Amino acid sequence: MTDHRLEMKRRTLLLGSAAMAASAMLPQRSFAQGTPRRGGTFVVHYGAEQRMLNPSLQASTGVYIVGGKIQEPLVDLDALGNPVGVLAERWEAAPDGKTITFHLRRGVTWHDGKPFTSADVQFTAMAMWKKILNYGTTLQLFLTAVDTPDAHTAIFRYERPMPLNLLLRALPDLGYVSPKHLYETGDIRQNPVNLAPVGTGPFKFVQYERGQHIIADRNPNYWRPDAPYLDRIVWRVITDRSAAAAQLEAGQLHYSPFSGITISDIARLGRDPRFIVSTKGNEGNARTNTLEFNFRRKELSDVRVRRAIAHAINVPFFIENFLGDFAKLGTGPIPSVSTDFYPADNGPQYAYDKARAARLLDEAGYKPGAGGTRFAVRLLPAPWGEDISLWATFVQQALGEIGIRVEIVRNDGGGFLKQVYADHAFDLATGWHQYRNDPAVSTTVWYRSGQPPGAPWTNQWGWTDPEMDRIIDDAATEVDPVKRKALYARFQQRANSELPIWTPIEQIFVTTITAKARNHSNTPRWGSSTWHDLWLAE
Amino acid sequence: MRILSLAGRRLAASIPTLLLILIGVFLLLQFAPGDTVDAMMAQMGGGDAATARQLREFYGLDLSVPAQLGQYLWRLVRLDLGFSAIYGKPVATVIAERLPATILLMTASLSFAFFAGLVLGVVAARGVNRWPDTIISTLGLVFYATPSFWFGLMAIVVFSIYLQWLPAGGLEDITQVQTGIWRTLDIARHLVLPTLTLGLIFLAIYLRIMRASMLEVLNLDFVRTARAKGLDETRVVVRHVLRNALLPMVTLIGLQAGTMLGGSVVVESVFSLPGLGRLAYESVVQRDLNTLLGIVFVSALLVIAVNFLVDLLYARLDPRITPGG
Repeated sequence: MTDHRLEMKRRTLLLGSAAMAASAMLPQRSFAQGTPRRGGTFVVHYGAEQRMLNPSLQASTGVYIVGGKIQEPLVDLDALGNPVGVLAERWEAAPDGKTITFHLRRGVTWHDGKPFTSADVQFTAMAMWKKILNYGTTLQLFLTAVDTPDAHTAIFRYERPMPLNLLLRALPDLGYVSPKHLYETGDIRQNPVNLAPVGTGPFKFVQYERGQHIIADRNPNYWRPDAPYLDRIVWRVITDRSAAAAQLEAGQLHYSPFSGITISDIARLGRDPRFIVSTKGNEGNARTNTLEFNFRRKELSDVRVRRAIAHAINVPFFIENFLGDFAKLGTGPIPSVSTDFYPADNGPQYAYDKARAARLLDEAGYKPGAGGTRFAVRLLPAPWGEDISLWATFVQQALGEIGIRVEIVRNDGGGFLKQVYADHAFDLATGWHQYRNDPAVSTTVWYRSGQPPGAPWTNQWGWTDPEMDRIIDDAATEVDPVKRKALYARFQQRANSELPIWTPIEQIFVTTITAKARNHSNTPRWGSSTWHDLWLAE
Repeated sequence: MRILSLAGRRLAASIPTLLLILIGVFLLLQFAPGDTVDAMMAQMGGGDAATARQLREFYGLDLSVPAQLGQYLWRLVRLDLGFSAIYGKPVATVIAERLPATILLMTASLSFAFFAGLVLGVVAARGVNRWPDTIISTLGLVFYATPSFWFGLMAIVVFSIYLQWLPAGGLEDITQVQTGIWRTLDIARHLVLPTLTLGLIFLAIYLRIMRASMLEVLNLDFVRTARAKGLDETRVVVRHVLRNALLPMVTLIGLQAGTMLGGSVVVESVFSLPGLGRLAYESVVQRDLNTLLGIVFVSALLVIAVNFLVDLLYARLDPRITPGG
């Protein structure tokens, strides 16, 4: 389903086969590979502490990596990326798309012993997903009610048609259920349970020492038979990336998710047989590097200038020399790992061609002035990762060569979001666009006009395109999967031809995990998943 | 009683300074673009405008800046440090949780730097311009010039990865439950590398000061008198020179206690220790004003307390100085 270059580094593959050959020589060992071993503590790198651990209230990998083992969603993705029931056993949609019924799993209990029922789903959907959860509020905007005819049926009623496929692809991230009995009184945001979550998952919350660690222990009453295998998971708070790599090497850590260590450490540990370094298991967290244009600048509102900028930058060179095997050429906002929506025709692409860039700029009327400079812009890089910082410098140099002088203005996270998405105090900005399995979840907001100022990662470019708005609105309520896919193909093509933002690089997070781990990285959002089948070999 | 009234006077005298620092930090953070809700959005990976508005009301950010400052100071008068936005707990609790690790690391590395600096300084001064002095002074310079994050990482590479003698980070081993003396030993083992890393930088300063101070005192008249009395060299150094040479060292401790509180962000990050430095750094990035001001307040109090103790120590070392004077 994915590009093989991204799926696994060739070297790791070779190492993997070497390990298999070695284990064939030791019969007991190879036997042990198939039979899960019980027990053991799995130690996880936790890079950025969050303000809460409840994934029904905050949708981010920093929450899923912990809360996703304690609480469970209605639906998750299986190895092939198809929706598979977790707390919901099965579902059906009415033909008009306005009613979706979930049949819930029976015999599931919360960690405090209370039974899990449709009332929990109703409460979570109406009070959390619809009102508080980021992206959930947009997804569930037209949800009017959740009916509970019995304890194991939840009927979602929508004012406008909700494509079943969209809901099922969004729910793995935006469909975690919280216990109603612990949340129904008091302010949900201030509930102490947010930092000591109670769920139905394979691991029970034990302790959270801020700045140090979180501990969760095996849930003996978990609904899946025999699971989980691990006795305990410990998340260790390590903010320094180099220190995390050192702790992996010292054997104090088993797993660093979501590219948590530096690019050079990833390359180094990739050569170390004690670790598996791969993008596998992160396909559900694809992202593209962006170049965002502010249309309030006269020069950048001209599509020829935007295209010229794209032509002026040698993206393959940058990928090869700075990002290595874990990145590839971007082809649009919908990444190539999205099997359901990736179109056959992505629309115009912008190959490296300096002469053409110069010609386009000349045509647009921006001829080189004194010292060869055509005009100057301010570029704001987001502080999310070292690739963005490198990319910003690369853009600065490449654009300098065609006569666009770039000043880089660096900010921390809060400052970046405020300056770009609220104050619009930028000419160019660069960061990541996160793709969440369906373009309607968090991709189309980058292109739809009418976003309120201040909403981060939305169309704040001053770009309005009625044609694009129409495609996005039609696709959001289109119930027929085939027609929806066709609409998103047009979305991708228009995004690439109008180029309000450019998505030159496609990346998937890199996992660094001990070679002793078994049953890991086996779903597209494994880092966020429950880890009920994960075990550690001797 | 005299000491208590002295302490009271000291505290009263530092209130204006404290107030100025707090207002300064408050205003400084207002100049940084973005507020704690922006930082939270950055952390969550996005959210809509309605959520952001609700959150701003929730954190009291919809008020004007003077109103926020006024509210903060009024709360402070009632000894209430407020509520931490990132931790969802009272700031006092958050700081209290971090204080032990900070103070442990600070005391350990300050004492290490002080005593090692003292011994090496004495050795260097007695062998002035000969090989022990040259070696010690060169080493001191190397320690002083090396960035602490590099030092820390190299220490981890050598002692944790290759030799596997010491843990690479954290305050204690959480994969096993330990109690009593074993837990203490475990924490001590975890603190060896951070203490050395933080201490070595300060060691160089103490070493230089001690050496200079020793050389100065060794040439004073009373030392010549002591030698003329026929005392042996060790007695002269220990009883007569050391005590007088210590005064500048003690001054330095008072000055550096403050630096160490804030200056350990790097060491705390490299060794994943839950200290005040990292907390302060995080509060700035997350624009958590209450927590940051709380840390500034507590650190200022700590520095005042340390300086007070230093003054008392002066009087003890040199009876000519009275603590009240």
